[in-house]
Amino acid sequence: MSSSLSAVSNIARRELAGYFSTPVAWVFIVIFLVMSGVFTFYIGAFYERGIAGLEPFFQFHPWLYLFLVPAIGMRLWAEERRSGTIELLLTLPVTTWQAVLGKFLAAWIFVGLALLLTFPLWLTVMYLGKPDNGVILAGYLGSWLMAGGFLAIASCTSALTKNQVVAFILSVVVCFGFLLSGLPMVMNLFTAWAPQALLDVIASFSFLAHFADISKGVIDLRDLVYFGLVMTFWLLATTIVLEMKKAD
Amino acid sequence: MPLRIEARALSKTYGSLAAVDKLSFVVEAGEVLGFLGPNGAGKSTTMKMLTGFLAPTSGTALVNGHDIMENSLAARRCTGYLPEGAPAYGEMSVRRFLEFIARARGFAGKDVARAAAAAIERLNLEGVPEQSIETLSKGFKRRVGLAQAIIHDPSVLILDEPTDGLDPNQKHEIRRLIREMSQEKIIVISTHLLEEVHAVCNRAMIISDGRLLVDDTPAGLIARSRYHDAVTLVVEQPERVASVLSELPEARKVELREGELTVFPAQGHKLFEVVSNAVREHGWAVSELRLEAGRLDEVFRQVTQGGATS
Repeated sequence: MSSSLSAVSNIARRELAGYFSTPVAWVFIVIFLVMSGVFTFYIGAFYERGIAGLEPFFQFHPWLYLFLVPAIGMRLWAEERRSGTIELLLTLPVTTWQAVLGKFLAAWIFVGLALLLTFPLWLTVMYLGKPDNGVILAGYLGSWLMAGGFLAIASCTSALTKNQVVAFILSVVVCFGFLLSGLPMVMNLFTAWAPQALLDVIASFSFLAHFADISKGVIDLRDLVYFGLVMTFWLLATTIVLEMKKAD
Repeated sequence: MPLRIEARALSKTYGSLAAVDKLSFVVEAGEVLGFLGPNGAGKSTTMKMLTGFLAPTSGTALVNGHDIMENSLAARRCTGYLPEGAPAYGEMSVRRFLEFIARARGFAGKDVARAAAAAIERLNLEGVPEQSIETLSKGFKRRVGLAQAIIHDPSVLILDEPTDGLDPNQKHEIRRLIREMSQEKIIVISTHLLEEVHAVCNRAMIISDGRLLVDDTPAGLIARSRYHDAVTLVVEQPERVASVLSELPEARKVELREGELTVFPAQGHKLFEVVSNAVREHGWAVSELRLEAGRLDEVFRQVTQGGATS
């Protein structure tokens, strides 16, 4: 057990260090911070609403992640394939699952770091009023969990191809589907013919609904389990894709 | 633990194409086995299966007694592998990269740095440990690849085209390193360079279309050449000399090509003395006289294409 843990952490640490030795990390962090600032202050009417809270900040995260998370995730496996290091990595005495998990954790921790760097916003609301810090903490947790879901999807599509652009586009499309699956415009496609049970299932896949629950400050076990399952499912799918398509 | 690789009807098919077709062989300690074959013969695919990267379609192999299918991690632990082109994480420094590999190979604590330092010393990388791998020359990159392959002192070393694309000095260097490491180990290298087999291997297997065609020592391979034990001379008036030599009972055939006259021995005969006696006897003006060892490239073509044309 400890040896498999150290295998995962070894891979995760290497990966994380890799982000910071290329411009990827810095570009991502800067764009993430600038964009979330723009959304919060201009579109989210942070000041105008006159409430000391971070809802205007969190409500745009799903849309921000829709493009930024696949940009981080697309290189996870596509890059290993392109450079041939996948052959090096997967002939080391580590299992494919450990490698998948290690690389995913690195990306997830990295997004978590970017998220933490938005702390000046929190300081701002602390300065302006008396926000409910529990709600804010829940918002951060929900946002991070949602990013993990997106990343797990991106990990899987990245394993499908050695072309990062293809990986990116596929990720965005799949993430978009998961994001919207609870909204009327998607549900309308199904209501005409699908049984109610299926409709409920599709609706319950929605990232938006689960994220909205958490970011209201209600940390429901079901929402946590949901994101946990989404990540597990897509990471297992990544493992299977890699096992099947190693040679390509 | 037995030091031994055993392939049992190892096969890999892609759709209807058999990349490796029921390959069976045994490699024992101390052997440096060269996989020879044209491009696309299945050399790399075989190595990828032995190292646990690809799963065989059917058949299996044992590495030191560990089944590559059922006990892949144990098989990988005793194997060091240099994939084709020596891929590495280019943004990492040599030292950090080797430390990463050392950790993945089960080293912990101070042993990690120690193992990396030992590999750096072994492969003469002392000048560049802090340099990022992508900035290194091809020869250095290859040495980094070898360093990661030997960092855990594996008993089985599998090297896919270790000298491909290197200049002659770098090739010489890598071959010297391979020879140095060859005691008490099994080394399998793949190459399409025939001189490489001669330089480092004590056993050679020619593979084509995924099938094993020849399994022999390099000397045995050369002996298969029709040039083996033939005598070549450069002489004035070669046509006249050719007609005399072709009368010799020890000569099977005489060929004249680009001013060089080659005499092939009849079954079981040695020609060199006979020819040099004839030269002395007739007083021919000979400017060159040599005994042919055999030509590997001719054997290679003969075996892989089913007929030698030169």
